[in-house]
Amino acid sequence: MQHTAVNSVDQTGYDDDVVKWFATATVIWAVVGMLVGVWVALEIAYWQANLGLEWTTFGRLRPLHTNAVIFAFGGNICFTGIYYSMQRLLKTRMYSDALSRLHFWGWQLIIVCAAVTLPLGLTQGKEYAELIWPIDVLITVVWVIFAVNFFGTIAIRKVDHLYVAIWFYMSFVITIAVLHIVNSLAVPATLARSYPVYAGLTDALVQWWYGHNAVGFFLTTPFLGLMYYFLPRISERPVYSYRLSIIHFWALIFLYIWAGPHHLLYSALPEWAQTLGMVFSIMLIAPSWGGMLNGLLTLRGAWDRVRTDPILKFLVVAVSFYGMSTFEGPMMSIRAVNSLSHYTNWTIGHVHSGALGWNGMIAFGILYWLVPKLWNRPLAHPSWPTTHFWLATIGIVLYTVSMWAAGLTEGLQWRAFDAAGQLKYPNFVDIVHQLQPFYVLRLIGGLLYFTGALMLLVNFFQTIMGPARTAMPAPAPAR
Amino acid sequence: MSDQTTPTGYTSVHRTLEGKSAVFAVLTTVATLIGGIVEILPMFSAGAGPAPLAGVTPYTALEVAGRDIYIREGCYTCHSQMVRPMRAEVLRYGEWTRAGEYAYDHPFQLGSRRLGPDVQRLGGKYPDAWHYEHMRDPRSTSPGSVMPPYTWLHRRVVDPADIQASLRALQRVGVPYTDAQIDGAPADMQAQAAGIIDRLKAAGIDAQPDREIIAMIAYLQRLGKDGRAAIAAGATGATPDTVPTP
Repeated sequence: MQHTAVNSVDQTGYDDDVVKWFATATVIWAVVGMLVGVWVALEIAYWQANLGLEWTTFGRLRPLHTNAVIFAFGGNICFTGIYYSMQRLLKTRMYSDALSRLHFWGWQLIIVCAAVTLPLGLTQGKEYAELIWPIDVLITVVWVIFAVNFFGTIAIRKVDHLYVAIWFYMSFVITIAVLHIVNSLAVPATLARSYPVYAGLTDALVQWWYGHNAVGFFLTTPFLGLMYYFLPRISERPVYSYRLSIIHFWALIFLYIWAGPHHLLYSALPEWAQTLGMVFSIMLIAPSWGGMLNGLLTLRGAWDRVRTDPILKFLVVAVSFYGMSTFEGPMMSIRAVNSLSHYTNWTIGHVHSGALGWNGMIAFGILYWLVPKLWNRPLAHPSWPTTHFWLATIGIVLYTVSMWAAGLTEGLQWRAFDAAGQLKYPNFVDIVHQLQPFYVLRLIGGLLYFTGALMLLVNFFQTIMGPARTAMPAPAPAR
Repeated sequence: MSDQTTPTGYTSVHRTLEGKSAVFAVLTTVATLIGGIVEILPMFSAGAGPAPLAGVTPYTALEVAGRDIYIREGCYTCHSQMVRPMRAEVLRYGEWTRAGEYAYDHPFQLGSRRLGPDVQRLGGKYPDAWHYEHMRDPRSTSPGSVMPPYTWLHRRVVDPADIQASLRALQRVGVPYTDAQIDGAPADMQAQAAGIIDRLKAAGIDAQPDREIIAMIAYLQRLGKDGRAAIAAGATGATPDTVPTP
């Protein structure tokens, strides 16, 4: 079948149970993670929203939100798509059912541990790597299990060549292992507390090498792999360019790793490291847009269906947001722009245009396509995905626009001078109060997006608990 | 794919590579390692890493206890510890941050967002009593603040044995604590807490020396102080790699 995701292989013999479990976990953690997101957005607009409890302050819930949406929602949709597509692309069942199950339950155990420890204040205090060292060890073990299963499946494949989606999955499996282990090296003081072996700015550099590449290799490469499998399958169009996929894959994985220091611009990190971070971030536009264009151009000839098919709507908007946030990111890593945007809500808006727009939308599109296939049932509410799509899209727009406005407002006011050359807004709190309307607007945007996810949850469970199709629908005519 | 029918040139080389999964995996690993090696390894070579600024010393036991609380509460999610070398920041917060000020920070707490102000130069800015009240009710000292109250700090107790475990781990990651300092930590904590208790008493506040708020005050009052003194004294190592912008 080489290099086309559209195949007609007999599907018996694949392990789709583990795919179903991962899909179910995706839907549940999406709602949990986004609910915590709405809660912390409420806390920023109204500080009383932690209800006076220590377990629910912003400082403790924010890591719970980021971990839940990135590693629980994001991780589970990646595993859903990988386990589904890998078996079909390599025409073999996964290497080991036992490892698949260990991977699934191990990953869910990690998430539950995170959900318990973070509100208790058990944290390493490193952004996106907050989980305490025993959970870090567990992550390593589970990741090795996944990697053995992954490479084992490649070893027993029944096709010669690895399809482009597999390349992206492979970079995900390898690079996340390296990033996690190097960044988590620490000496334990107690069961719940440890100190990183790196100090000060070295720790910061290692952390942002990890942190930025959690974006690069957890929220980008596996999702691009999903795009390369599911977009051609769903649109029933071949991938636009094989050449482009080669160039943008190697360029992307090589360049991404260098971009971390753009999180430390204007810090006391050596100038050369800051400049490397900035330059490589700008270069990243090219492979990122290579991926976006390869995705969007794959739809040539299928654009008429975008008007009516909510699943394609989700995918088109996802790839478009990927393009937008991979343009915005490099712009923000230019020193002059960063001097304004750093430490402001602009960054938060940028992250969410990627997370809600790219990761969220592609996940929803895949789920709406996959769930009826996996469970052999029609969607319980076939009209809801369109409503979900519009709620989510309007929600993202409100979110990013309000955070741009808030970020520019505070960024400009922090550095505004009066005629005498003194700070125009010397009282920090005065600036904070100007942001209140934007925070409320962001909350509304988040609520719309969350409502869409709730519709997915209800639709999902009513679908899988509903009656099965009596017969498979007639296959689509061959093209 | 549209242009895959007859792979030529590098695409045919790549097509061959796609059939050799082990080689593909090795090349992927190499491609993703280079950037990190080039950027991070030099930080471990002499002179390029975060050598302490002259006069910057490790945190005391009580300050470590306070820093552990700072980390536990996720203060970094709202407050940065990095004054950028820009005029507006120096006017608002004080001296911009030098690399050597962070030499004993495990983990770093630079933060990525300022929902509240930077705290790098907080040490010595306000009296101890201000911090005591601010943590209990932020709006009593900072009208209009949106920070939640941290009332449990005034109730919860610090266990000196727990802090000794922290000091031992910090010693192992390279902070130059002597064994004698670690053994004497409980007495050291008591002595530093007594000073804070006295200053609180002078402000009309009766507080218990073993409470978390005392450790928190000790840490917050230490923030950026060594660095500021070192910079004022013209410490070597204060020369920036980053040139301050006007």
